[in-house]
Amino acid sequence: MSSRPEFQAPPEIFYNDVEARKYTNSSHIQHIQTKLSERALELLALPGDGIPRLLLDIGCGSGLSGESLSESGHHWIGLDISQAMLDVALDREVEGDLVHGDMGQGLGLRTGVIDGAISISAVQWLCNADKSSHEPRLRLKTFFGSLYRSLARGARAVFQVYPESVAQRELITSFAMRAGFSGGVVVDYPHSTKRRKEFLVLTCGPPSVSTALPTGKVEDEESCSDASSDDGDERTVSISERHRPTKKRKLTKKVRGRQWVLQKKEQMRKKGNIVPPDTKYTARKRKARF
Amino acid sequence: MRLLTHNMLSCNIKGVTNGFPLRIEVEKSMEKEVDFNIDFLKSIFSKVEWTALVEAARSLGYNDLPEEVVDSSTMLESSDFLKKFHHALLELHLEEGALICPETGRRFPVNKGIPNMLLHEDEV
Ligand SMILES: C[S@@+](CC[C@H](N)C(=O)[O-])C[C@H]1O[C@@H](n2cnc3c(N)ncnc32)[C@H](O)[C@@H]1O
Repeated sequence: MSSRPEFQAPPEIFYNDVEARKYTNSSHIQHIQTKLSERALELLALPGDGIPRLLLDIGCGSGLSGESLSESGHHWIGLDISQAMLDVALDREVEGDLVHGDMGQGLGLRTGVIDGAISISAVQWLCNADKSSHEPRLRLKTFFGSLYRSLARGARAVFQVYPESVAQRELITSFAMRAGFSGGVVVDYPHSTKRRKEFLVLTCGPPSVSTALPTGKVEDEESCSDASSDDGDERTVSISERHRPTKKRKLTKKVRGRQWVLQKKEQMRKKGNIVPPDTKYTARKRKARF
Repeated sequence: MRLLTHNMLSCNIKGVTNGFPLRIEVEKSMEKEVDFNIDFLKSIFSKVEWTALVEAARSLGYNDLPEEVVDSSTMLESSDFLKKFHHALLELHLEEGALICPETGRRFPVNKGIPNMLLHEDEV
């Protein structure tokens, strides 16, 4: 998936004037971001007393996510690194206050003042080193440490991310835990490639009854059959081979021998696909460096 | 930027121990009307650094806040007080100017109401 924006350029460059407008004006994106933000707000589990809270929107962009917070009557502060995205937010007259900043440098906020934080499709950017001075681990540590300090005890932070790999999800989660958060990942629609959504739900403070993870949403009629298919051809499309931990790669290699390849090719032929003929080169052993 | 946000922001340059409150330099300020919500004011009050809010409001030309809130539970029942608090916290905006770190004097410019809090590499 080399088309992922975070692989193309640093965020403040990728989200230039053109991209910021394109992003914000797409009704498809508007719809998705609103849905994700509403779900994140729900997962924040703020007390149902109707009192507006002071929330944070990390990587707020042009304000699509923040608008859901305003809709529910909350005040929010949005942080973003892209001037172009913030300019679009100004044009759209969002109700939150905007701050131009880099979450990887830490949030400059007083201790314990924020009632909750959401971050929609943004935190994965922290895993890239966009400058020679960038050390992703350090930036994740700085970010989560500062977020933890700024939140009121017991407050939550909910991150929606499309992790690029299992390793990336673990990297983000582990730095959150190290900062003192408790919680974990909530997966909505885990069996649907299209609808699957992941939220990292963190609570400020040690684990307690109130930090128990909410359950993810599930499809109404979902077949469990694909969960047992372990040949893993279509289930792993979202994880690019390049980023999978080496250990796992070795494991799968053992399973997928020549026999497996021949079988797959036969299956594809039966489906009427054009498949190259089987030769002595098919699924041959490669040298280790390959 | 509202004074609510100013009251929460603090300078996080590496090594700075007291980055709050950021001093306000005003070129242009603004007022925008916001719905009055007593519940919010009561709940946020305990998180507001009062002296910083008084100072900030003053720098934007609003001088009606009391210097000190001694008996907050009584004050939070006074609609006169709540209205002033509401106005200072949510309706006054810093549009153009700067925020100055109290410890280092570092200037964070504010344009179109947005403070630029990006740090230089040697400040991280
Ligand atoms: C996909 S957009 C999402 C924007 C918004 N949350 C929404 O739902 O529409 C990701 C945003 O994260 C911002 N971002 C990326 N890295 C950041 C960083 N280090 N600090 C602050 N914002 C960042 C980008 O500038 C971009 O606006």
